[in-house]
Amino acid sequence: MVRVVGTNARTGWLAFAATLFAFATAVAEAQFNVVIRQGSEAAVPIAVVPFGWQGGGAPALDFAGVIGADLGSSGRFAPIASRDMVSRPTQASQINYQDWRLLDASYLVLGTLAPDSAPDTFTATFELFNVARGERMTGFRLQAGRADLRKAAHRISDMIFEELTGIPGVFSTQIAYISKERRTDGTTQYRLIVSDADGENAQRVAESTQPLVSPSWSPDARRLAYVSFEGGVSGVYIQTLRTGTRERVSQRAGVNSSPSFSPDGRSLALVLSRDTGNLDIHTLDLSTQVLRQLTTDAAIDTEPTWAADGRSIYFTSDRGGGPQIFRVGTEAGQRATRITFDGVYNARPRMSPDGKYLALVNGENNRYRIAVWNVDAQRLELLTPEGRLDESPSFAPNGAQIIYATRENGRGILASVSTDGRFKTQIASVAGDVQEPVWGPFPRP
Amino acid sequence: MRSSFLILLTAVTLTLTACNRGNTLPEDTGAGSSSDAGLSTDGAGGGGGVSVSPLDAERERQRAALMQQLVVYFDYDQAEILPEFNALLQAHGQYLAQNPSTQIRLEGHTDERGSREYNIGLGERRAQAVRRVLMLQGAAGTQLTTVSYGEERPAQTGSDEESWRLNRRVELVYR
Repeated sequence: MVRVVGTNARTGWLAFAATLFAFATAVAEAQFNVVIRQGSEAAVPIAVVPFGWQGGGAPALDFAGVIGADLGSSGRFAPIASRDMVSRPTQASQINYQDWRLLDASYLVLGTLAPDSAPDTFTATFELFNVARGERMTGFRLQAGRADLRKAAHRISDMIFEELTGIPGVFSTQIAYISKERRTDGTTQYRLIVSDADGENAQRVAESTQPLVSPSWSPDARRLAYVSFEGGVSGVYIQTLRTGTRERVSQRAGVNSSPSFSPDGRSLALVLSRDTGNLDIHTLDLSTQVLRQLTTDAAIDTEPTWAADGRSIYFTSDRGGGPQIFRVGTEAGQRATRITFDGVYNARPRMSPDGKYLALVNGENNRYRIAVWNVDAQRLELLTPEGRLDESPSFAPNGAQIIYATRENGRGILASVSTDGRFKTQIASVAGDVQEPVWGPFPRP
Repeated sequence: MRSSFLILLTAVTLTLTACNRGNTLPEDTGAGSSSDAGLSTDGAGGGGGVSVSPLDAERERQRAALMQQLVVYFDYDQAEILPEFNALLQAHGQYLAQNPSTQIRLEGHTDERGSREYNIGLGERRAQAVRRVLMLQGAAGTQLTTVSYGEERPAQTGSDEESWRLNRRVELVYR
């Protein structure tokens, strides 16, 4: 548990607590590291000074390192390397603003970390300053147990990010993805992994020598739906992360694909071919098990994503020739309407949390790139014009960032782009291929 | 007439058995067909008391060779059976019609381009296209199951035209 206490004189004392997520069966996994390889010119320089450590021996955690990496991973901030810092203040009275203006830092973060009197608990403080104005902007004090120190650091990153951008930070969220490793004996090991948003603390959720695909978060972040080909047939499963309990919700004849939780978590959209061999969008009520078929077209209808209000579903269909995005109401007997008309290949839509955008894969001239469809303006905007084999976009829960999969030097890697296309980061994995990243919801208190 | 059947039967069996080495057809396929009158009748068609002509034997060799081909390839984003695979599917379809207890699994695959779930749809469409052709040749629906892996199980791992061509496929898996 992390306890956050405000020390901002204007807002007064504010306290809240959150129960944090833990796996019953924690298995450490190969992790990915966020590495910013395309520094954005628009990224704002920020100095996160190594926190003052008030205990014995080595600091319990390099808070500044975690916070700097978090802010950098958004693409919006360029953290200044600690080796370039000419002074290392740990409290406001020690700041010489001229040191930071010379480094072109726009903002400055300092803090301290100290052991509490209770065993294995710590108190961290941080303060954020505007360098140009020489002004303190905000500050908080946090308490956390040793096991939750990284979470405390992510919480600080969230608060700094929101203070500076007006957008809630997503550094305390999790990401699910598939890792794929070819072994020397010719088999492939597929793993469904859940990690913190910075790639740390990776945990194996499922593992198979047959493909695992299409992970999808429940809105309460407690369950994952996914497709497994175990036994040589496709099936849709829902797994509760805390306990590892798994339920098979569909293993009908033919294709069982593309599960997607409704916004209220009560239904699952999924794609079935049943006996006809023709893929159609269905919804499954998870409590009553009532299955409803929403499309009947002879085309491939797949990749459902729910509208924010849960009353309609966007999906991919090639009923017009090539794949395009369509929408259909979730009540029975509604007709699907075509949404995208730009280009020859638009597929794999994902709705933004505010319902204003669809992230999708746009294909043209043998290149597959991430684009967003502006629902109100009915306009397609290409976000990764330099992309070649980009796929599987997924919105961060703040709607400001999209994580996706791409290929580099024959390997599957992850990358992210801001929804306005201005900020980009690439994410390196330690080994094997990583694909199908799905950004989890905000943790619920 | 009877003896000519047996001669041909032996030839077919030998061909099948020989080809089976280092191939993915089950080892018992040859033995299965030798015990099945259907296969030999077809091969000796039009004999009329005359011994088997070299032409028929040649045709049988071709057919046996086709039976060893277990992959059908497709054009990009297409599920249409290309003309060069008609003979292959005819051979397998007729074999299935004559061996109603034989089961076959049609595994649909795509190249890596485009979205994964759409590719699962495309792989299924390809498997269904193969299924329809086999059924037109007399195979029963109960002999055929389909599964689509989309782009998840590529035959080649490269990101080039040749890898993509070899990955857009349906594999016929005898069980």
